[in-house]
Amino acid sequence: MIILDNTHAGAVTAAIEAERRRMGSPAVSMVLTLIIVTDELHQADALAAASQAAREHPMRIIGLILRPGRGEAHLDAQVHVGGDDGPGELIACRLHGALAKHAGSVAIPLLLPDTPVVAWWPGDAPDMPAADPIGKHAQRRITDTNSSSSYVEELGIRLANYEPGDTDLAWTRTTPWRSMLAAALDQPVGRVTKATVYVQARVPSGLLIAGWLQRRLKVPTEVIHSKGPGITKVVLTTTKGEVVLSRPDGRSAHLEMPDAPASKVVLPRRTLAEQLAEELRRLDPDEIYLQALRGVDRIAHEAHSLPGIDIKRRVKKAPSAEKTVANTVAAKKAPAKKSPTKKAVAKRAAGEPLSREDRAKPTTQRVINPAKIKSAAKKAPAKKSATKPVRKAK
Amino acid sequence: MTNPLRDPDDRRLPRVAGPCGLVIFGVTGDLARKKVMPAIYDLANRGLLPPGFALVGFARRDWETQDFAKIVHDSVREHARTEFREEVWEQLSAGIRFVAGDLGSDESFAELKRVVDNLDDTRGTRGNHAFYLSIPPGLFPQVIQQLKRSGLAESEADAWRRVVIEKPFGHNLESARELNRVVGEVFPSGSVFRIDHYLGKETVQNMMAIRFANSLYEPIWNSNYVDHVQITMAEDIGIGGRAGYYDGIGAARDVIQNHLLQLLALTAMEEPTSFQADSVRIEKEKVLSAVVLPRDIDKHTARGQYAPGWQGGAEVRGYLEEDGIDPLSITETYAAIRVDIDNRRWAGVPFYLRAGKRLGRRVTEVAVVFKRAPHLPFSATATQELSNNAVVFRIQPDEGLTVRFGSKVPGTALEVRDVNMDFAYGAAFTEDSPEAYERLILDVLLGDPPLFPRHKEIELQWTILDPILNRWASRGQPEQYVSGGWGPQSAYEMLARDGRMWRRP
Repeated sequence: MIILDNTHAGAVTAAIEAERRRMGSPAVSMVLTLIIVTDELHQADALAAASQAAREHPMRIIGLILRPGRGEAHLDAQVHVGGDDGPGELIACRLHGALAKHAGSVAIPLLLPDTPVVAWWPGDAPDMPAADPIGKHAQRRITDTNSSSSYVEELGIRLANYEPGDTDLAWTRTTPWRSMLAAALDQPVGRVTKATVYVQARVPSGLLIAGWLQRRLKVPTEVIHSKGPGITKVVLTTTKGEVVLSRPDGRSAHLEMPDAPASKVVLPRRTLAEQLAEELRRLDPDEIYLQALRGVDRIAHEAHSLPGIDIKRRVKKAPSAEKTVANTVAAKKAPAKKSPTKKAVAKRAAGEPLSREDRAKPTTQRVINPAKIKSAAKKAPAKKSATKPVRKAK
Repeated sequence: MTNPLRDPDDRRLPRVAGPCGLVIFGVTGDLARKKVMPAIYDLANRGLLPPGFALVGFARRDWETQDFAKIVHDSVREHARTEFREEVWEQLSAGIRFVAGDLGSDESFAELKRVVDNLDDTRGTRGNHAFYLSIPPGLFPQVIQQLKRSGLAESEADAWRRVVIEKPFGHNLESARELNRVVGEVFPSGSVFRIDHYLGKETVQNMMAIRFANSLYEPIWNSNYVDHVQITMAEDIGIGGRAGYYDGIGAARDVIQNHLLQLLALTAMEEPTSFQADSVRIEKEKVLSAVVLPRDIDKHTARGQYAPGWQGGAEVRGYLEEDGIDPLSITETYAAIRVDIDNRRWAGVPFYLRAGKRLGRRVTEVAVVFKRAPHLPFSATATQELSNNAVVFRIQPDEGLTVRFGSKVPGTALEVRDVNMDFAYGAAFTEDSPEAYERLILDVLLGDPPLFPRHKEIELQWTILDPILNRWASRGQPEQYVSGGWGPQSAYEMLARDGRMWRRP
């Protein structure tokens, strides 16, 4: 490891070249540059995951660790080349003071020539990744909605500002589930009439699966909160019965299908490095992610339209959110948070109709409370406009 | 009906095999234990097998299902590529069955049929079953006939039955045709999968991508620029415990047939109109049928047997001293041949193929060696250390591409020397990329035939090899060569006659 304090990008490049020469490996066959924009809190996990993913995708990893503040603007860098950490190069840059606002100036000189660039925000991501000073250099922009406390709103923002090349690790996490569900429907299970996703509170992957199912199957899709961990169950009601894929403990899963014996399936929760490695396998736009976002928008919108009862498809046509981005509704959480249990109790007291789940397990599972996903009903700015979409203040 | 959850744009979703089971004959063999069973586990671990997947073992052993499960478990623990996970194993082991029986016994096959039918009920395999013949080729006809007689070869409606045959595909043209006839009588050609475990699909696709996705190589990929091509598969090990299989087969039948000839076809074929199985096969068949043999086989081929000696720091026995080998055996453990391809692209460019055991190191590569520059505006001393440019497909280990070219040595004197530029598919990428067997087995279960050779290809290959093998058979014992070296003297002489040298791979 080479430590360069109070340095600049040119010196970092020179240090990498010197190190390569010292190790006697002049030929470099790295396939891409990964820029990680992060803070001290997330940097260790993110850099470790990226180093592991570099085993599958030899790459140059540039960690831009932002340390804004009133201190003097300067750059400290650490450089690892090859060795035990993996085949790639890892450059960890700490951007102090005002420099944190000019991360692009550090990243640009360090990009590998003529190879794809991927940007990844393990924590908070800009609202418009494609317009971001770092993001605009990248073919692929990876955000991670999981880390957001207001993920429904966040997914709305992702949809409003979607540009080809945007993607989300919350979406990546759904792949094993989606794969198993798609395989189940390869079999003659009948036509799907309804989809239900059971997921832990504040796990956007469940909503994304629901969005995907909604768009692909065009059936009423319901999201129900469970204790977790993560996604616990997906039920596809078909004309022949039910396809049930459940993973109650986050480890082993079961698949039940009409006319077939139930069977165990393997559906492990994957590490961050595995998720990132999957993400880097393809660098072309992920249209299916966009479809899932549109489905999420539809579900969240309908939840708002029918407060207090099951999230069902409205008979009346919803505004065609998928037609133009400008019409998209960025769903937003209501500022006042009520405990969901209280809410269920309140519902009962108020004589409101209870959902099936409320009746079955009133203390553990409940419908996404649409009051909590109150639509901001504000129109997101047109795609190319510079105005930031409305976002809840932290 | 199409599946609404599948979309060609959704490239994250892998193709998972539908409900099915695999029946393995010869579960006690090396290949089954070291390759097939671990590959099945690896597929399960990657989530590519159907939930109710069933694995049936058939062997002449007094075993119960749990004994067989233990064998699978141990082989997976020892040889699987991916990490061992209890939950994956639980899922897999629930579908394991064992049938103790004799290949000749009608009763055993009736029992096998009962077990297979029962799996359709208990595991939901829906009548889809593949039969993997991991047994000596001499037993194929018997097993195929038994499958037919017991009704196992037939399936209802949409269900499928497939059969997997390991190489060698016969031992000459006649036996290959006979084998094909026997199998073809029972299974239609689309249900027959011939597996060559040396040749992974990944490798084939890598080679096709390098050749046909780039504009850099095509213009020079012909006799105007290429001097000759060397295709090598070297193993550092001897025959080990495979005496029964190897003696009488030899390096040419084991490796040159299919493996090296497939590599030759991929290197030399014209661009297929698409990457569909049929288009690729047409091109491969075209180039294989253009292959011609040297007029004087003795001068342009070489063969040898490894002699006792030292290899890689250990003392090793010679081939004739190995257990179970006749001291008068004429089976070759090293074979090198020259072939030419009579078409416009390759006329006058010899292809040298060599395969051997107990050589310097384990390596498989295709080296396309280019002609020297027609004029070198340097003094003779300046280019003394410059040889021909080369593009090398490294196939294993460390799959990748090497380009060799001349470069000036830094300094005031003008001196040009060979340098290598290496591309590897990632340092540990090989660890993450699937084993050849995984893809092969998955293709069988999915019914994807692309890279499995059809019988026409196999027959063309035997047409090439038969005259050489016949000539060799009449020439007595092969020459002995030093273990741990690069083959017999006659192999060096064979190239020296053409004014060329073997690369040291």
